[in-house]
Amino acid sequence: MLLIRCPYCEEERPELEFRNAGEAHIARSANIAGESDDDFEKFFFIRSNPKGIIHERWRHMHGCARFFNAVRDTVSDKFIITYKAGEPKPAKLPKISNEVVAK
Amino acid sequence: MSGAFRIPGAGRLSQPKTARFSFDGQSYPGIEGDTLASALLANGVHLVGRSFKYHRPRGFLSAGAEEPNALVEIRRDAARRTPNVRATVQELYDGLAAQSQNRWPSLSFDVGAVNDIASPLFSAGFYYKTFMWPKAAWKNLYEPKIRAAAGLGVAPDQPDPDHYSARFAHCDVLVLGGGAAGIAAALAAAETGARVILADEQAEFGGSLRFESGASIDGEDGFGWAQAATARLKDMDNVRVLSRTTAFGYYAQNFVGLVERVSDHLQNPGRDLPRERLWQVRAKRVVLATGAIERHMVFADNDRPGIMLASAARTYLNHYGVAVGRNVGVYTANDSAYAAAIDLKKAGVNVAAIVDLRDNPTGPVIDEARALGIEINFGRAVIRAGGKLRVSSMTVQPKNGGGERTIPVDAILMSAGWTPSVHLFSQSRGKVAFNDETKRFVPGIYAQDCVSVGACNGTDGLSATIDEAYAAGAKAAKDAGAKAAKGTKPKVDASESWSRGMLGAAPGAGPDTTVKAFVDFQNDVTAKDIRQAVHEGMRSIEHVKRFTTNGMATDQGKTSNMHGLAIAAETLGKPIPQVGLTTFRAPYTPVTFGSIVGHARGPLFDPTRKTAIHPWAEAQGAVFEDVGQWKRAWYFPKGGEDIHAAVDRECVAVRKTAGLFDASTLGKIEVVGPDAAKFMELLYTNPWEKLEPGRCRYGIMLREDGFIYDDGVVGRLAPDRFHVTTTTGGAPRVMNHMEDYLQTEFPHLDVWLTSTTEQWAVIAVQGPKSRDIIAPLVEGIDMSDEALPHMSVREGKICGVPTRLFRMSFSGERGFEVNVPADYGQAVWEALWAEGQKHGAVAYGTEAMHVLRAEKGYIIVGQDTDGTVTPNDAGLDWAVGKKKTDFVGIRGMARPDLVAKGRKQLVGLKTRDPKVVLEEGAQIVADPKQAIPMTMIGHVTSSYWSENCGRSIALALVAGGRDRMGETLYVPMPNGTIEVEVTGMVFFDEKGERLNG
Ligand SMILES: [Zn+2]
Repeated sequence: MLLIRCPYCEEERPELEFRNAGEAHIARSANIAGESDDDFEKFFFIRSNPKGIIHERWRHMHGCARFFNAVRDTVSDKFIITYKAGEPKPAKLPKISNEVVAK
Repeated sequence: MSGAFRIPGAGRLSQPKTARFSFDGQSYPGIEGDTLASALLANGVHLVGRSFKYHRPRGFLSAGAEEPNALVEIRRDAARRTPNVRATVQELYDGLAAQSQNRWPSLSFDVGAVNDIASPLFSAGFYYKTFMWPKAAWKNLYEPKIRAAAGLGVAPDQPDPDHYSARFAHCDVLVLGGGAAGIAAALAAAETGARVILADEQAEFGGSLRFESGASIDGEDGFGWAQAATARLKDMDNVRVLSRTTAFGYYAQNFVGLVERVSDHLQNPGRDLPRERLWQVRAKRVVLATGAIERHMVFADNDRPGIMLASAARTYLNHYGVAVGRNVGVYTANDSAYAAAIDLKKAGVNVAAIVDLRDNPTGPVIDEARALGIEINFGRAVIRAGGKLRVSSMTVQPKNGGGERTIPVDAILMSAGWTPSVHLFSQSRGKVAFNDETKRFVPGIYAQDCVSVGACNGTDGLSATIDEAYAAGAKAAKDAGAKAAKGTKPKVDASESWSRGMLGAAPGAGPDTTVKAFVDFQNDVTAKDIRQAVHEGMRSIEHVKRFTTNGMATDQGKTSNMHGLAIAAETLGKPIPQVGLTTFRAPYTPVTFGSIVGHARGPLFDPTRKTAIHPWAEAQGAVFEDVGQWKRAWYFPKGGEDIHAAVDRECVAVRKTAGLFDASTLGKIEVVGPDAAKFMELLYTNPWEKLEPGRCRYGIMLREDGFIYDDGVVGRLAPDRFHVTTTTGGAPRVMNHMEDYLQTEFPHLDVWLTSTTEQWAVIAVQGPKSRDIIAPLVEGIDMSDEALPHMSVREGKICGVPTRLFRMSFSGERGFEVNVPADYGQAVWEALWAEGQKHGAVAYGTEAMHVLRAEKGYIIVGQDTDGTVTPNDAGLDWAVGKKKTDFVGIRGMARPDLVAKGRKQLVGLKTRDPKVVLEEGAQIVADPKQAIPMTMIGHVTSSYWSENCGRSIALALVAGGRDRMGETLYVPMPNGTIEVEVTGMVFFDEKGERLNG
């Protein structure tokens, strides 16, 4: 079970308290009714599904109930950083090597 | 005496307390402290099971958790019947009853053993090949037969009466494995004051010190030191010592699952004791001290009972005081088997010969064996074992060929070397590295905050092990934030040491042979099977594994993986590391469902939600149904009524006089704030800004894709306050949906959302007499049609308690929904009930509610819609604000396919024969004569007998439904095709006059 740091509670809490809420930084158009079919397709259906770094939304469902964003590595499952909803993608990610160290 | 093979003075079962036990109905004596295996061996019993595929007789291979053969059923009573218990792990208690498995009619004569003779049929990949033709025979003939003949043990057929507990724990240092390495690491960590958990799967700590008679630490013999050190650890407040506890899974961020076997070893476990306890431990640092497992030699008929690992024979002797034979042979490719021969010889057992594959090994154990007068044969191989139900001889040949010699023996002790137990390390996503010199996979690249010490790290020798483990334990504690170590490292006075050995098939079981030299005992995989898999095109070790099933049994290939890999590599002509190792998967050893489920079973499986009015309904004899987690009154049978009679009566009474219905489970969300109306505009299709306070509106919520997500009546209590209702099942997801948009898309709106579902009890009073029933109890609300018209809401008092009184209807009758604080729910219900009795009102349940709403064509989201239905499809275009420029779903709703012609639309259906009630979910076709597969144009979503209409009624989603009014369609059913007419959705009071009736 992963530990996830809630940027609002400022605490690492077990995964059980959280719900994934899909990819982050996909903005809903202020003029959504006027969007073309192609633009709506991009907004609603197309997701990046990367192998590696993904930006995604999580909700601290059984805690403060806030939605926030996270950067996670889909290969190692590791959370690299979490940040509040509305904040931009972190420009620099902290170095977390996947394969740690040879001891 | 507790068995003819118990050697006086040997072993550690020092204060013998006799424990009688039975195996296959025969009674035997044993000693407390025995395992079932040691007790059977003490009585000379080696034959304990039949193999999985060939039904070959099998005995004990090991003395521990890696045991592939000796699986038995332990029977406490009819319900407590546990199959596949490893006899080498099961501790003996007085009265233990065990049964052999996988044999019929008896263990010594098993009809299934014909599989052994017919074995060419069962070679590698046999499931994939032999039984694939003809196709139908798989389902009807092969599979049932195979299932009956194969399989391990028989599953219990009664609910498990035991209980299982679970605990979460946190620590600085978790030490897994309680041998010399684990104990040393735990001591070092504990002495710093760090919080330490030390766990070992055995009943007693010590690991290989159980059998290593040559070890001595701090002036004590090895095992004695282990007991003293563990006792010291147990006395420390910062240490938790868990015996009989297996770490079965290593998960992300140092989260480790352990199962503690609490009472399986007890004769009469108290009912307050759980059978097992699941520990979920989060550790800052993990020390892996999981040891190594000895490998067998791969030679012809190496599975005969009496042939076992040398370390197992040593354990039985040195710990349990049991000789595994009177005249044993030894077959080895490394030094460790010599120690077994020496110990047995010293205990008075004849050692017929040591057969050593190596050419001219030297060393102290070899000298000692020779000095004891044991015959030693270098450069020779055991090419076959004799005997069937028990080994009777070993045939020896120079390894490069030559004359054979058969030596009579009653046991063979074998050792091909030791395999480091890297299972947990590998589960932690660490990558193993192959050491070409020692031919072992050892921990290479770490993925988590853990460290491996001792034999599992490829460290040989007790001194080196304790040095490494003690330093690692201290460092782990320091890294976890503890103070520096201040203890003293245990001092090794004497130790045993060995390594190396061989991998793969021994001479005599090579590629040119067809003998049965077993690699995987539990799945009956031979060296030949592995070669065959490669010859048939399997190149990846993962494919070889699946094709042969090598390593796929419940023992997860603890003894077989390395041999299998080496044979595959040799056949492929590739070095071992290039072929690679298969993935180690959790669990390390089998885990019961009980321990994983814990208390979450029966009524505790899922929370049960009951309304405030539940006790009243129960007292009235209501029949309940589950709606999500809620218990809802389904119908209220009177005087022996069945569901149909009760529902008919309830439905008629509501339309004739009135009915009371518990609607408390409806989801309720309070939307409050200066921007509440703006928020409602965005979340629902309807317009809200102009809805006057005091009025209600039926709202539809869409997802962004334009499909109906939820619906409900919303009352505006004030300009900045909405009382939103949702479907019973939809409340949590609607709340989540609203929060998501409020927090992330519309955070500029000044709005608060509060779930109030459980705050309000809701009593629906519906029917022509509803106002007469409510009015006498209400204060401060004008109940006239002018002051309180249909679809309005007022706040006031009922029975002296605050109420939000809704004038609304889900039955088509004049109706009200009385919201009162849940604590007053039952009292207000009873008061209303008493009033209702004066008018002949009934209580009605969810079934009547469904019928009444269907008579009026009111939909239920989730029943008449399925996530692919738009407001237009459902005939609800009127509820979509035409002038609105934005709401969730506005764009999705306009997608080309959602506005295309021919979409499925909700319509009514009337069967030609009014007595026939359609089946919900039944498919609808336009042409009943079409050949199968017919073109299905829709399906029935709701269907009931309507006593009020005097006929059956149904709602259905039908392609182009609204253009088909009056058309005849067909519902093909197993007993014939039903003719139906497409109609409007309203079956009763089409003009809606009764809302004010
Ligand atoms: Zn939080």
